[in-house]
Amino acid sequence: MIDLRKSDPGFKWEIIKREGGEGLLKCFGCSDCAASCPVRYFDERYNPRKIIRLTLLGMKDNVLSSPFLWFCAHCHACTERCPQGIKVAELINAIKNYAVDKGYCPEGYKIQLDLLLKMGRLYEVEDFDLKKRQRLGLPPIDKTIQDVAKILEHTNILKVLKK
Amino acid sequence: MKKYALFLGCTVPVRAQHYELSARNVAKELGIELVDMPGASCCGFPLKAVDAETSLLIAARNVALASQMKLDVVTLCNSCTAMLSDAQVQLNNKEFHNEFKRVGFSYPQEVKVRHFVRMLYEDIGIENIKKYVKKSLNPLKILAHYGCHYMRPSSLYGFDSTEVPHTLDELVRVTGAESLQYADKKMCCGGSVLGIDEDLAITMSNHKLNVAKEQNADALVSICPFCTVMYEDNQRKAETKFNRQYGIPVLYYPQLLGLSFGLDGNAVGLRFNRIKPDALLERIT
Repeated sequence: MIDLRKSDPGFKWEIIKREGGEGLLKCFGCSDCAASCPVRYFDERYNPRKIIRLTLLGMKDNVLSSPFLWFCAHCHACTERCPQGIKVAELINAIKNYAVDKGYCPEGYKIQLDLLLKMGRLYEVEDFDLKKRQRLGLPPIDKTIQDVAKILEHTNILKVLKK
Repeated sequence: MKKYALFLGCTVPVRAQHYELSARNVAKELGIELVDMPGASCCGFPLKAVDAETSLLIAARNVALASQMKLDVVTLCNSCTAMLSDAQVQLNNKEFHNEFKRVGFSYPQEVKVRHFVRMLYEDIGIENIKKYVKKSLNPLKILAHYGCHYMRPSSLYGFDSTEVPHTLDELVRVTGAESLQYADKKMCCGGSVLGIDEDLAITMSNHKLNVAKEQNADALVSICPFCTVMYEDNQRKAETKFNRQYGIPVLYYPQLLGLSFGLDGNAVGLRFNRIKPDALLERIT
């Protein structure tokens, strides 16, 4: 149920300001993005056009609390087809980034963030892996890369873990 | 001799060593030198949905490592390619470059970023690769899977067709194998939503497994470790969910190319393929 009385007219401007959000106002609602979307092909609960429309209407809570926002696979099929030249996948990503900022971060991403903080990579490199690599004649790799933590601290993204 | 910095990312060096091994051995055959990148980290893609700026800085740091080596980058994973390519473009933007320097890094000279397979297509070329094929894989039918970030977004790559891609098909055909033509060639594997909704991800990967089965493909060829996670590691889940029997081997492209170069199974790491390509091997011996 969309209750326009709950519209936040400032919401769309918050998205436009963000990296990837620039094209939002150009959307004229043709639905080419939804028609091109492989996720929507299998699951109609995800609809990029609907997310963009709700954003333009200022329906902030509906957009940010929707679990389907996270269904975007970032495949760029929509981006290639948009007649308005909107980088649709980047736009949806900008909305995701905004949602994270407002405290809506799926657990899976928090786990990934924590792994990157600790190791700078997603999979732990165990001694077993290093031995296997050696047996195959593959060069050793670093177990941890500290510089990644430095970047995470610089952008203050670790606040996500505390929410 | 052509020389590139090899960016491995997270998945390939610990979960897809056969991809790495076959890529290195195929490169050696072709006279390409791949130089390792000490200190390389995750490409940053996993954090893009959380914060684009953070993911770009992580990617840029990896591009900068190659820049310090004065070498163009080749990557084995589609998403790593997209992330590092994006960062490479951003590094030419003054504002982003300054931010990058503020973290304490430097990017001394511009370097290019490309997928390993794109490099084969562009820098070595089909005609040249043909000269190295010693053993035609003639009877094989291959379903080539491109994955999303090999050619999309076109604004980043300007390479291949985003609607009807053909470069991987050509690279499959050079081995003597048939590259099957099918609809939905650019369909996503579902990997990006695996952590959000497994059921949906499996439904997506099932789509192409079903195409492969209907067309009697001997194997699906992938050029991305995450696509392989969906088609190979999760194939059993798709079989259970949709009550189908697939048993379709998933080879990395350099494995297929290596076989056509006459490399043996060990040199292309065939024993690490979870779905054993024994039937396929019998057909080419």
